Amino acid sequence: MFTLERAAFTASLLLAMTTGASLAETPNLGKPIDEAAIAAWDISILPDGTGLPKGSGTPAQGAKIYAEKCTACHGDNGKGGAAAALVSDHGLAGINAAQKTIRNFWPYSTTIFDFIRRAMPFQMPRSLTDDEVYALTAYILAENKLIGANDMMDAQTLPKVKMPNRDNFIIRFPDRI
Amino acid sequence: MARTRDRNARGQTLAAAAGNGLIDRRALLGRGMVFAGAISAGVGPSSAAAGAEPLADDPWSLEVGEPMPLYQVPSKFEAKVARTLSNPNFEPRNSHARTPHHLLEGTTTPNGLHFAINHGGVPTIDPDQHRLVIHGLVKRPLEFTLETLSRYPMSSRVSFLECGGNSAPMFSPEPMQETVQALHGLVSCAEWTGIKLSSLLEETGIDPAAKWLIAEGADSPHLSRSVPVKKALDDAMIALYQNGERLMPGNGYPMRLLLPGYEGNMNVKFLRRIKLVEQPAMSMYEARTYSQILPDGKAYRFYFLQEVKSFITKPSHGQTLKGPGLYEISGIAYSGTGRIEKVMVSADGGQSWAQAALQEPVLSKAFTRFRMPWHWNGGPATLQSRAWDEAGNVQPTRAEFVAARGELTKPPPILGFPNQHYNSITSWGVASDGEVKHVYA
Repeated sequence: MFTLERAAFTASLLLAMTTGASLAETPNLGKPIDEAAIAAWDISILPDGTGLPKGSGTPAQGAKIYAEKCTACHGDNGKGGAAAALVSDHGLAGINAAQKTIRNFWPYSTTIFDFIRRAMPFQMPRSLTDDEVYALTAYILAENKLIGANDMMDAQTLPKVKMPNRDNFIIRFPDRI
Repeated sequence: MARTRDRNARGQTLAAAAGNGLIDRRALLGRGMVFAGAISAGVGPSSAAAGAEPLADDPWSLEVGEPMPLYQVPSKFEAKVARTLSNPNFEPRNSHARTPHHLLEGTTTPNGLHFAINHGGVPTIDPDQHRLVIHGLVKRPLEFTLETLSRYPMSSRVSFLECGGNSAPMFSPEPMQETVQALHGLVSCAEWTGIKLSSLLEETGIDPAAKWLIAEGADSPHLSRSVPVKKALDDAMIALYQNGERLMPGNGYPMRLLLPGYEGNMNVKFLRRIKLVEQPAMSMYEARTYSQILPDGKAYRFYFLQEVKSFITKPSHGQTLKGPGLYEISGIAYSGTGRIEKVMVSADGGQSWAQAALQEPVLSKAFTRFRMPWHWNGGPATLQSRAWDEAGNVQPTRAEFVAARGELTKPPPILGFPNQHYNSITSWGVASDGEVKHVYA
């Protein structure tokens, strides 16, 4: 078939390019940039804690920030409003995603920090300091009884919080990873 | 007359291909005689021409028309051919826009009708200020502008893009009475042009420890997803053009990641940063949103693949057949694994099947249009399509799908995403009055 032949030709061409190619064969227009210059953008965090910034926060500090900046959408004490509840104690029954909560579903505590830091508050993302993000994360974890009421969260303590649903996931297509 | 009706232009018999009126797809080659057959079966203009209204010039034929605009838009008579919006008042949450498949033909989704989901509005990005940075486990971190990327060798490929939550209303225990746009409108297909990600990674060099990359957008949620390096080196593209013009703002202007066949959310829009890492970031969209609860309480993670699927767009829910006669059943098939191998169509709820004609070109990970001639006898019919891809994957029946993935206990909100990666057969019931409704069969 024409299309198969063409695919094979393209594949062999690609192979030739990737095996025999040197940098000279691309336009080489990428401008070198060092990690220090990328720092303000580099907000990636891994579940083992890699990338977590300096700073810290407690549930009590988080409660104050929450009342000021989060209740409008997420309701008092994280019980939910126009946006999803952040604090709840029900389990999973049936397949409906609407019942997923931080406590019954989220596998890693670092995800809470990461999402708040990159996307919240909805109308003013990236406006919180790292201390404030740690404090809000601590508040949400404590309200969900996943840490103690006085536990401080920082780059060392946060990744150690064991989320109840962590081991309940199945990788759908392992050979694609 | 009967003899004429049963033969096409090449004199071949128009054999019934399956029950309840499906005609062999090869009849499509002899269209003229098919329609002659339809006429004799009672559809179309009466052969008795007496009483036909005499033709006269219409007003638009007697005056000069409008000047041409710089950028043309569809006729005002096509205003109903539009996307549906989940959040028309722009409340502080995400917004979906769905493609009206029942009003479109062919395989290319027009740019103005391509589906989109945006989680923090559509950013207004100055293309001259936008930057793409590739860093992390690379030998040389590099920064690219749109201008520099435009100097790189480009390639085009046609690729469908589908939200992992498309077709989610079909998790309902009852068939939701909704159009193909509401059920399946979060998939579209376009020709994308850009730079292979592998060629940029060749320039940065890859540390062998890198197994994943984290892609991040420049939108307000700084949306980020983890992608296996394996996919990045396979067929990932930094797309700059959509159907020949720059990306639409809602589809990622000025650049997006394109991962052919993988769930839409991973195809990060407004792409500004790629960081190579050893392990996935477990961002909210992968750790929570795009992990699917299974009936046993466990959940799938890293589903990624949009599996083989098809649905009939014509006729479909909400349309009405105007009397018995010949119709064309037509729809869309696609698979994130590769090319569509075949599509079977049934008019009797799956009791018998006939092979549909596949319209060329049949491209990998792209919409394939299928067509099937059908003589509706005016009785009840249940129309279904079922697709196979070149890897041998077959679209499941609804019963097979539900047995593996479960269903809800009650109908969900039509705009909700109660679960994801739904790909079973869709059934349209045709009543004797011609009304077409969504049914389970």
